[in-house]
Amino acid sequence: MIELRDVHKAFGANKVLRGVNLTIPKGESMVIIGGSGTGKSVLLKSILGLVHPDQGKILIDGHDAAKAEREAFLARFGMLFQGAALFDSLPVWHNVAFRLLRGKSRLARDEARDIAIEKLRRVGLKPQVADLFPAELSGGMQKRVGLARAIAADPEIIFFDEPTTGLDPIMSGVINDLIREIVVEMGATAMTITHDMSSVRAIADDVAMLHDGVIQWVGRVQDMDNSGDPYLNQFIHGRADGPIEAVR
Amino acid sequence: MLLTPVATIGRSTLAMLSGIGRIGLFFLATLAAMLRPPFYLREFGHALLTIGYNSLPVVGLTALFTGGALALQIFAGGSRFNAEEVVPSIVAIGMARELGPVLGGLMVAARVASSIAAEIGTMKVTEQIDALVTLSTDPMKYLTVPRVLAATLSVPLLVAVGDSIGIFGGYIVGTGRLGFNPAAYLKNTTDFLEVWDVTSGLIKGAVFGFLVALVGCYFGMNSGRGAQGVGRATKSAVVTASVLILAANYLLTELFFTA
Ligand SMILES: Nc1ncnc2c1ncn2[C@@H]1O[C@H](COP(=O)(O)OP(=O)(O)O)[C@@H](O)[C@H]1O
Ligand SMILES: [Mg+2]
Repeated sequence: MIELRDVHKAFGANKVLRGVNLTIPKGESMVIIGGSGTGKSVLLKSILGLVHPDQGKILIDGHDAAKAEREAFLARFGMLFQGAALFDSLPVWHNVAFRLLRGKSRLARDEARDIAIEKLRRVGLKPQVADLFPAELSGGMQKRVGLARAIAADPEIIFFDEPTTGLDPIMSGVINDLIREIVVEMGATAMTITHDMSSVRAIADDVAMLHDGVIQWVGRVQDMDNSGDPYLNQFIHGRADGPIEAVR
Repeated sequence: MLLTPVATIGRSTLAMLSGIGRIGLFFLATLAAMLRPPFYLREFGHALLTIGYNSLPVVGLTALFTGGALALQIFAGGSRFNAEEVVPSIVAIGMARELGPVLGGLMVAARVASSIAAEIGTMKVTEQIDALVTLSTDPMKYLTVPRVLAATLSVPLLVAVGDSIGIFGGYIVGTGRLGFNPAAYLKNTTDFLEVWDVTSGLIKGAVFGFLVALVGCYFGMNSGRGAQGVGRATKSAVVTASVLILAANYLLTELFFTA
């Protein structure tokens, strides 16, 4: 279980998070929605300790994330970054197998490579892709390699930052199914950021909307359509007018 | 109003001092990372190749032309005292003690500090550094340590090669242009060159190599956001590395001079 309590984060004068409270139960799939630039990526990075909150607490299974032993803490997580963040000096398979090749339970190269190729297949990429370099792939393919890397070590908690942005509708469907599968089959806890409402409906158990630095609305995905919340309604129907200003 | 220039100087001095302080902290963090496993051999080997081996042409050419020019200048100066015969030994001593390491170091600063800063800076702005951390890999150990060690080891070797090529440049000019007898030129070179002339230059090379890689990594890791951030990091890395090399050169020379 992940608990965020009154989390604040500012970059200079830019107050991005202004008291975020959110609980993600174990084994559930939480989707975070919200306008671009509202701090969704910063929120995920705060949980991982890549960004240090100015105030507030983040608890993982009741333990303060800031005080955890880093190596063991991070070993429980997988993260797909918004820009994929592949290592351009390494071939695709090595990117995917990166975590498998280090740490105490490191695997032999051949074995790690086989697992990488299997994970690539799960995100809809052919084995031939394994020996290419990230710069040789399209944006959507890079995103899927990033996804394969995030799930490579079968983590307990997985963060997906805009997993379907830049993918065609069919590939988006494949990725949505995959994320759902990971949560259902592996019992992982997932947090996904997305702007794609069909993804939200496909992936989410719970939905949280971040607006103005706080969680504006949180609830079950089936309650999303009749929430009566004007912010949420504007967002899910993509209306230009409403309480959320178009110029931010 | 009158004080504005003074305030500007004061501000930039303070900024420089705090910059040096931060690089100092980065230096300590690098040392700490060096002493704890894991050690990334593959990265180290790759860094040796890109920093050391690939710098050979630039350093070699620099030394060749410098050695040649040095022979002409010393001949011009020496002839005023009827002391033209000092050309071989002064070329050798000048290359080994001063010009080999300093010019080699500066060329490496231009070539290596910039590429390290740009590479690590790009990794930073494209979240690759964050990705490393989430994959339980310490960027200091994975990126900084291999580069710093490789530069510290390979720049002295580059300096040694540069020294030889520089002396050879002097030899070509001395024998081809200034009428020295080849055998006499070589004898004169070896007779007066002491071991310490060479080793002191190699020590300088190691310090310069260390500085270049450290500064490159520092500015890369602290790169601002976007392409502009990386551009600025690259520029700062080259300028800072060059100035630090010249400052360190003076301090080391002073130290070796009294020793
Ligand atoms: N490292 C950083 N330094 C300064 N500002 C940042 C940094 N990371 C994010 N921000 C700012 O925080 C805000 C939220 O960013 P982000 O979380 O990426 O938004 P999104 O909700 O689209 O993912 C933006 O205004 C962004 O400019
Ligand atoms: Mg984002």
